[in-house]
Amino acid sequence: MIALAYSTAGVLVFATAALLIVLGALGVLAARNPVHSALFLIMTLFGVAVAFVAQSADFLAAVQIIVYAGAIVVLFLFVIMFLGVDRHDPIGVEPLVGQRAFAGVGAVLTTAGLIALMARAHWVTGATAVSTNGSPTTTGAANVKELGTAVFTTYLFAFEATAALLVIAVVGAVLLARRERRSDEEAS
Amino acid sequence: MSVPAAWYLVLGAVLFGIGAFGLLTRRSALIMFMCIELMLNAVTLTFVTFSRTLGDIGGQATVFFVMVVAAAEVTVGLGIVVAVFRRRSSTSVDELSEMKG
Repeated sequence: MIALAYSTAGVLVFATAALLIVLGALGVLAARNPVHSALFLIMTLFGVAVAFVAQSADFLAAVQIIVYAGAIVVLFLFVIMFLGVDRHDPIGVEPLVGQRAFAGVGAVLTTAGLIALMARAHWVTGATAVSTNGSPTTTGAANVKELGTAVFTTYLFAFEATAALLVIAVVGAVLLARRERRSDEEAS
Repeated sequence: MSVPAAWYLVLGAVLFGIGAFGLLTRRSALIMFMCIELMLNAVTLTFVTFSRTLGDIGGQATVFFVMVVAAAEVTVGLGIVVAVFRRRSSTSVDELSEMKG
């Protein structure tokens, strides 16, 4: 029925992406070992990349794999190994009574509220873009060109600000790592 | 015809809910960071979906900036986790109770 209304390939791609995303996200929550959580996170990130390709955001899909799966998760794994915390996390204990139930109710309410809000707004809020007269975003090399033009003209100030943000983040990380060592030297 | 945007929006909302639940229930700071990444990805998925339906490249540009901010956040956050671990030999947020009133 669904496959008749929409192209079979589109439905298959969505089903694959949804399966990867939801199973990976549940795996992050359920895994006792932090290393397994990180690997499930990679699964979710791949699912999101599939959804990006299906929605003609080709450049972002590549960046998603390279930056998220390639750099951020490796950073996570590096810290997990570095700290040696790849032992089992006590997942069964519940320090605050009823916390899990309240969190579940809150998460379900949030999700249901988001879906209800979007459904009331007929799934699209706002008008189509003025600059492109609502024509669909391009794919492939044209997508890179379109995104690059937007980032380096319309969003140039934000782009420069992120450059400053990255430098500050690197300096902050170095400071956080160094301070402890200096106090060690003073103590010894 | 490709699948309607509503499916991807619901998927994003569900992913956000799962991430929020994990953030509220898990005790390890590392897992909580991963749950924040899940929630960020839910939002980026929604941005890209609206970018497609509204024909506006601004959504994709925003996702680009979200990725940069996520990278910076993880760098500093994991630096803090390492600093805390050196002092406390644990990444459990329950044991950080010095500020308790």
